[in-house]
Amino acid sequence: MRPYSQPPSGGQSEYGFFMKIHINGEEKEIAEGLNIAGLLEQLELRPGRVVVELNRAIISRETQESTSLKEGDVLEIVHFVGGG
Amino acid sequence: MQDVFKLGEKFYQSRLIVGTGKYKNFEETRNAIEVSGAEIVTVAVRRVNITDPHKENLLDYLSPNKYTILPNTAGCYTADDAVRTCRLAREAGVGNMVKLEVIGDDRTLFPDVPATLEAAKVLVKEGFIVLPYITDDPITAQKLQDIGCAAVMPLAAPIGSGLGIRNPYNLRIILEQATVPVIVDAGVGTASDAAIAMELGCHGVLMNTAIASARDPILMAEAMRLGVEAGRKAFLAGRIGKKLYATASSPLEGILA
Repeated sequence: MRPYSQPPSGGQSEYGFFMKIHINGEEKEIAEGLNIAGLLEQLELRPGRVVVELNRAIISRETQESTSLKEGDVLEIVHFVGGG
Repeated sequence: MQDVFKLGEKFYQSRLIVGTGKYKNFEETRNAIEVSGAEIVTVAVRRVNITDPHKENLLDYLSPNKYTILPNTAGCYTADDAVRTCRLAREAGVGNMVKLEVIGDDRTLFPDVPATLEAAKVLVKEGFIVLPYITDDPITAQKLQDIGCAAVMPLAAPIGSGLGIRNPYNLRIILEQATVPVIVDAGVGTASDAAIAMELGCHGVLMNTAIASARDPILMAEAMRLGVEAGRKAFLAGRIGKKLYATASSPLEGILA
């Protein structure tokens, strides 16, 4: 968590909190408590066209909504491309 | 004559399986595949570019309703990576048939045979229909067949090399003992190569570069369709034996004196 995103006195911040996760090998800051479905929406990715792996475990489409992300998560988002 | 090709759980009219890599764009991919008559197309599994998410997706051009999508494990150098890739591919919802390739070396792109066997065991156990890319080694083909692979896919020559059928004799031995379809995968350069594979009795041919990197991919796709069809028909028709000396085609009786 970034130091400046810490709540001033243990309460809630109107700015929200951020956390760092890794998506496809890149470090990203996302809103705390975001779930995978929400992240895909933010990234403008169609859930039906990508597959998500969280910390090496596949997250099925049905559980993307109920799977919240947490600091340090390692996410892989893949899709099909041309290949032989 | 009805000559259908059963692979996995489905029946196909076409014995040509094509890759979707190396095309100029998705339109050319779609058009070449349409002309090739292929009903099974291979795809690769790769990370989405999240900084510039490409809105167009290959599957927007190749509908899984029309084509059997065959994900590959290209780029995997270990059994674990290949298995992981297959599991991800299955989650995409296009079925459970996979082209297993565990690469052993990036210069030849020859398969790592022990790793391929290891991955095949795991995948078969997990219910995948496994089509492994292998060297043209009859022993490996036998082992993969025994493990429960739905086909064996020996290379004709290195991937993308266009060298053609380098060892027809090994293919013949593989064919003789095979109880699953034998699909020549990789190395085909032109239509006659595809025809030779089919004339040998192979059940199918898988190719990508030979079409995608031809000067005119659409025309080559058609040539490959015809090559595979011609070779298959010639195989079914039964070719004549080879003889060193001539046998006249015209009657020897009634020749003018």
